[in-house]
Amino acid sequence: MKKLIYAIAFILLWNACKLNSGGNKALPIFGNKEAVTKTVNGKQVTDTLYQTIPAFKFVNQYGDTITDKSLDGKIYVADFFFTTCPNICPVMHRNMLPVYNEFKSHADFRIISHTIDPKYDTVPVLKKYADKMGISGNTWWLLHGQKNDTYTIAKSYLVSLQEKNPQGQYVHDGYFILIDKQKRIRGTYQGTDAKEVEKMTADIKTLMAEPDQKSTK
Amino acid sequence: MKIKLIGVICIVLTALVISCQSDEQVEFNRYFSAGSAVYQAHCQNCHGAKGEGLQGLIPSLTDSAYLKSNRSQLACFVKNGLKGQIKISGKQFEGEMPPNDLSPVEIAQVLTYVTNSFGNKSATITIDQANADLAKCN
Repeated sequence: MKKLIYAIAFILLWNACKLNSGGNKALPIFGNKEAVTKTVNGKQVTDTLYQTIPAFKFVNQYGDTITDKSLDGKIYVADFFFTTCPNICPVMHRNMLPVYNEFKSHADFRIISHTIDPKYDTVPVLKKYADKMGISGNTWWLLHGQKNDTYTIAKSYLVSLQEKNPQGQYVHDGYFILIDKQKRIRGTYQGTDAKEVEKMTADIKTLMAEPDQKSTK
Repeated sequence: MKIKLIGVICIVLTALVISCQSDEQVEFNRYFSAGSAVYQAHCQNCHGAKGEGLQGLIPSLTDSAYLKSNRSQLACFVKNGLKGQIKISGKQFEGEMPPNDLSPVEIAQVLTYVTNSFGNKSATITIDQANADLAKCN
């Protein structure tokens, strides 16, 4: 009897491992889920509704208006920063650069970095920052917007931001958020950790290979 | 028995090597290793683990000529920050480095580390040197 239990446990474990290492890789989908039941062709169908990034409107470093529509059909990475940030931002964007260089030739890939200090980080300041970072074109947008809008959108990326602390510094966490073409959250990575960012690069490739993320070209 | 003997010989040899190091070398090592920790805590985020800086935003710490010709001002740069135009490795920078709340000994340690890492090579910057330089800050 005992042997049988061991055998079953072994088989279960074996299968569990096999499932994870299978070639049919897909990234998980994060955020709140909701089951929706609707009637299709007279039949009851239950569908899972995933949390998506809501509509937004910001301005990029070129002064162009960027909305959620600008990211239709794009896989993108979002983060939050400010140009005078003395602690984690230089690390985050040092780590983001290889991601930018890897995917800048992909028309369906974007990086968006929201400034959380819109008072100082005006559009010209963001443009200057982009120039100095050596980023050009439309792969990496630095987004300026009303403080409230930025803080609200951060919540839908599951990122926490705080107003200035007593030392006069903004507090924010350094996550990179990976969003798919259906505007669902597919990964969060600690942007200050080069290893995690490498994993994100690998995940982006995995995501790009998923059937419903394929290039529409 | 044999292993014990070898062990003893090793310990004696190590002790000899250590005691043979000049006082200067010991002092340098002390400053350098403490400076490495100060660097990681206060400088590395911006200037990078290899002192590489960040593109056109944050200058690298690999310009030995700059470090040499500004050696007596480095302590003030660290303590009070740095503003305005500077040219590092042939590249123009204009950002702002914030002041750092470090003690004179920490400044001496981190400067010893920086001026002897990332391809730079120079002597120890002692606390006496740092204090003398700090007294002359503008």
